[in-house]
Amino acid sequence: MGAPYDRGLIEDFGRFRYFSAGMWAWVLHKVTGWVLIGYLFAHIAVLSTAIPAASDPEAIAAGTDLYTRTIQGLEGIFLVRVLEVGLLAAAVFHMTNGIRLLLVDLGIGLEREAEGFYVSVAVTAVITVLSIPVFLPPEVVPW
Amino acid sequence: MTDRRSRFESGSIAWFLQRVTAVVLLFTLGFHFLWLHFVNHAAEVTLWGSALRMDRFVYFIMIVVFLVTAAYHGLNGIYNALLNHGLSGRRRTVVFWLLTIAGTVLVIQGIRIAVAMAGVIS
Ligand code: HEM
Repeated sequence: MGAPYDRGLIEDFGRFRYFSAGMWAWVLHKVTGWVLIGYLFAHIAVLSTAIPAASDPEAIAAGTDLYTRTIQGLEGIFLVRVLEVGLLAAAVFHMTNGIRLLLVDLGIGLEREAEGFYVSVAVTAVITVLSIPVFLPPEVVPW
Repeated sequence: MTDRRSRFESGSIAWFLQRVTAVVLLFTLGFHFLWLHFVNHAAEVTLWGSALRMDRFVYFIMIVVFLVTAAYHGLNGIYNALLNHGLSGRRRTVVFWLLTIAGTVLVIQGIRIAVAMAGVIS
């Protein structure tokens, strides 16, 4: 557990070329974890519009309250829809790779790390592709 | 490279809770995505619709459990990753408290939202 040896920034970034499947899994698990917690803070901030909006029953009935307008406004932006697909992909990878990590902790699959990682990537790819029609229906695509 | 992948001591309480919350999140996060993207569409969300969901006690409890476990799991995950990168001493204490405060604010704000939504009905 010695202090990490400082290889310098450029060399550090260059090391990805030598990554094994297990190292990719480790890096992607980190990146997706940070994306998810970052999203959670943004998500709660957006949903906070419900607090002032809740005291205006007429606007709620008409669907013109601050919360409804904010969410529908965001959902109307094409980039937001694309980012949602990315969020789903990050979540699915973190979940499937997370299941793999939990199994490894139970002593299952330690020697088949690479296969487990490929399965996580494949499941993520399939679910992400299947979700595209849901997140990006033809009417929101600008072309 | 004598480094272990993780200094997240296996067997410690933080290590254990990271795994327990991961299992809880499998269900809550999975349900959340299915419910608000595939069954109900995010683009069709209205405050009235959210209020109808939140008015049900089971849904309210589930969303609070989701909030608390996600906040703990996410921030504890970051903290432990920083420890792996060698965070120690005074900076470790500062980071610990910053993350604790951020998590507490997140959870309190999330609960305030859930209460406000449930309060819309009746
Ligand atoms: C859906 C179920 C989930 C599972 C099965 C899962 C599984 C895991 C596991 C096993 C770890 C520990 C990795 C290690 O110690 O080596 C981890 C780390 C982490 N998770 Fe999750 N997780 C889930 C959902 C989430 C969510 C919703 C968030 C965000 C709110 C999140 C954020 C993180 C972060 C930030 C880390 C630390 C990453 C790092 O090492 O830098 N996870 N996850």
